[in-house]
Amino acid sequence: MIMGCLEGNCHFVNGNFRARARVQRVHNILEKINIGAGRIRMFNLSAGEGAKFAAYANEFVDQIQELGPSPINVARKKEAKNVPTGEITA
Amino acid sequence: MITGTPKPIEEILQMLEPYDNIVLAGCFGCVTVCRVGGEKEVEVLASTLRLAREASGKKITIKEVCLERQCDPEYIETMRPYVEDYQAVLSIACGAGIQFLAEKFTTTPLLPGINTGFLGVTERQGEWAERCQGCGDCVLHLTGGICPVTRCAKSLFHGPCGGSAKGICEVDKSVPCGWQLIIDRLKALNQMDNYCKLKPYKGWNSSRDGGPRRIVREDMI
Ligand code: SF4
Ligand code: SF4
Repeated sequence: MIMGCLEGNCHFVNGNFRARARVQRVHNILEKINIGAGRIRMFNLSAGEGAKFAAYANEFVDQIQELGPSPINVARKKEAKNVPTGEITA
Repeated sequence: MITGTPKPIEEILQMLEPYDNIVLAGCFGCVTVCRVGGEKEVEVLASTLRLAREASGKKITIKEVCLERQCDPEYIETMRPYVEDYQAVLSIACGAGIQFLAEKFTTTPLLPGINTGFLGVTERQGEWAERCQGCGDCVLHLTGGICPVTRCAKSLFHGPCGGSAKGICEVDKSVPCGWQLIIDRLKALNQMDNYCKLKPYKGWNSSRDGGPRRIVREDMI
């Protein structure tokens, strides 16, 4: 989750637009490698919008939960299961 | 500088399919400046590849390096102590750098991570444009500092073709006619007489048409 200042209000003139373009690039990479583009998202809000920040955070949490575990975690868990534990099961 | 663009990640993943232990080599030269093959790009590409491979259940080990220049042997030699420990080298330098690595490390497969583009300039941050095709017989002194080989889409040598309209080239509306640029500039410099000094024909044997080129400087050997 990347937070930028409101569009048109950037202290560095176009810093938040540039950030958006870069987030979009990461978005595209995540999509291409099947990790899920929805795992990154940029929001714009001003420093005084605390309630909005909380709402965006909740929205993103919902989005992530809906996506489920990341394919990386799934692969890691699978690998952990395959590691011999040394226990005798017979 | 020599410019380039990243190869699509799918293509790189496909090339890496047989390997699980590689070196990813960047270059601090041209490809760092055009943001396609420097240290930062090595880091981003290595992370992307690790994520992609781990998610597909086939992990990959990547050693990240960035050489001062991949087109000079002394920097390449810094890789020699460990290169044999890896199954392949993925390079994101220009095609010259990648080939030089391949020449030096004969038993290790070399893979290109970028598509090398052209000799160009940074017109503004994030935008590069071609300026020279290395023809080997420069005429910029006669053409107002504007290259007819590169800026004219057809590399014409004695003025525009019939497709030049209102200063725009017929191949693409976003491309200015190279010859319009040259004539405008010669007029502004009061050097239109230079136009008549261009050779009746251009010899292309100093260009790629004469085969792979070589420069030998006896005073430096
Ligand atoms: S290897 Fe290619 S990119 Fe690197 S410095 Fe040499 S010419 Fe430039
Ligand atoms: S005339 Fe030849 S050497 Fe000169 S800029 Fe054009 S392509 Fe390059």
